[in-house]
Amino acid sequence: MKHRFAPGLWLLFLCLAGFPALHAQDDDLLSLLGEEETTDYATASFKTNRVINLHSLENTHSGVLDFKISHRFGMLNQGLYDWFGLDNATIRLGLDYGVTKDLQIGAGRSSYKKMIDGYAKYRILHQSTGKRNMPISLTAVAGMYINTLKWSDPDRDNYFSSRLSYTFQALIGRKFNDWITVQLAPTVVHRNLVATSAESNDVYGIGVGVRQRITRRVTLNAEYMYLLPDQVTDNIQNSFSIGADIETGGHVFQLHLTNSTGMAEPVAFTETTGDWFDGGIHFGFNISRVFTIVKPKI
Amino acid sequence: MKKSLVICLLAVAFAGQLQAQKYFTRDGNITFSASTPLETIDATNRGASAVVDASSGAMEFAVLIKGFIFEKALMQEHFNENYLESGKYPKATFKGKIQNIGDVKWSKDGSYPVKFKGTMTIHGTSKEIAGQGTITVKGGRIVASSSVDLPLSDYAISIPSVVADKISKTAKVQIEVALAELKR
Repeated sequence: MKHRFAPGLWLLFLCLAGFPALHAQDDDLLSLLGEEETTDYATASFKTNRVINLHSLENTHSGVLDFKISHRFGMLNQGLYDWFGLDNATIRLGLDYGVTKDLQIGAGRSSYKKMIDGYAKYRILHQSTGKRNMPISLTAVAGMYINTLKWSDPDRDNYFSSRLSYTFQALIGRKFNDWITVQLAPTVVHRNLVATSAESNDVYGIGVGVRQRITRRVTLNAEYMYLLPDQVTDNIQNSFSIGADIETGGHVFQLHLTNSTGMAEPVAFTETTGDWFDGGIHFGFNISRVFTIVKPKI
Repeated sequence: MKKSLVICLLAVAFAGQLQAQKYFTRDGNITFSASTPLETIDATNRGASAVVDASSGAMEFAVLIKGFIFEKALMQEHFNENYLESGKYPKATFKGKIQNIGDVKWSKDGSYPVKFKGTMTIHGTSKEIAGQGTITVKGGRIVASSSVDLPLSDYAISIPSVVADKISKTAKVQIEVALAELKR
């Protein structure tokens, strides 16, 4: 009898031994669903779509129109008579629009050279972690510019194409953490017409843009465009700008010091004459105000 | 031998009975509003996860902060960057218990008011809260809903003085989740 009962008893023990295991996980219910992996995209690598003159890694959000008012006052070395440059200003009024999450288009009009510009900006790679892991963001920018000044010599043969210039840029960068973002911007500026045969029609440069966040709503920005040697005349300086972005709800104020007078890329990067070491510096600002045109689907 | 086998089978069957029924969702709806007359601040998240244990009343909710969609993209960016700091604190969670779970007849149509208590964790800060909700059963469809008012200051969400008039001090959070049986 004893001998016959024993295996059954074992079986019962086994059953009961398995019993508590069925209930052990009650204190962590969500783990029952398993971890659903998502992709976490880097956002707000810059406060707005420009570092200062340079396009930043950020695009205008989809369905959003960004109205930009940009000023560059005169140079500080103009002295007291010109109120250190504040008596003069060059301006650019611009509109940027986010067509999709990754495609942005824009247009603007500058007082300098009475220039009209238009561009398209497309994000090819978007920095992310999680399901899809991508260490960098990569954006391509292509712009076209029309100088609408009156012809300097109306009597000679003037061609419309002489008014045109173009910029092609790649923006490669990374938001390292909540505080620091760095981007590189290999750039080609093509000018259909240049003043002398000593200047190249195609000008190659490498730009660098950096932002350091100092509080939740304020960042410090800097950008530099290094032009490869022997492409422009000797009086042309590399463009260098430093500034601060201050965000207040719907606006971003960008205040900066720069040696570039113009704001459109061909002008800012290949026609800068201000010398930082000689007070050839403009105080300037960009004001960005956004309007939601197409509401997101929820 | 035979007898013990019967006992054993009964024990297994009994264990199966005790094996509590659980309900879950992965696409629950959570909205919040911190609107004032000066500014509309509303957001919706359609990706909340939840598991409710039908016998003990234990429940857990989790939602990704980045999944809240605002009408204004810039507001959404500021919500993530400046207020909720979703890079540092990606999720909000609630872990608690329905106190009168016995009142809910999961397989009978009806609307059952429930009371719950538990720990809300938002922005890395936890707070004990209590509230009321409803579990509605209709034709096999189970929907749990609730609304709670959460003071922003309880969760260390600081509002700069320049925008203090535009943002409500309390966020009204509404939850509506359609629950399905959790089968394993």
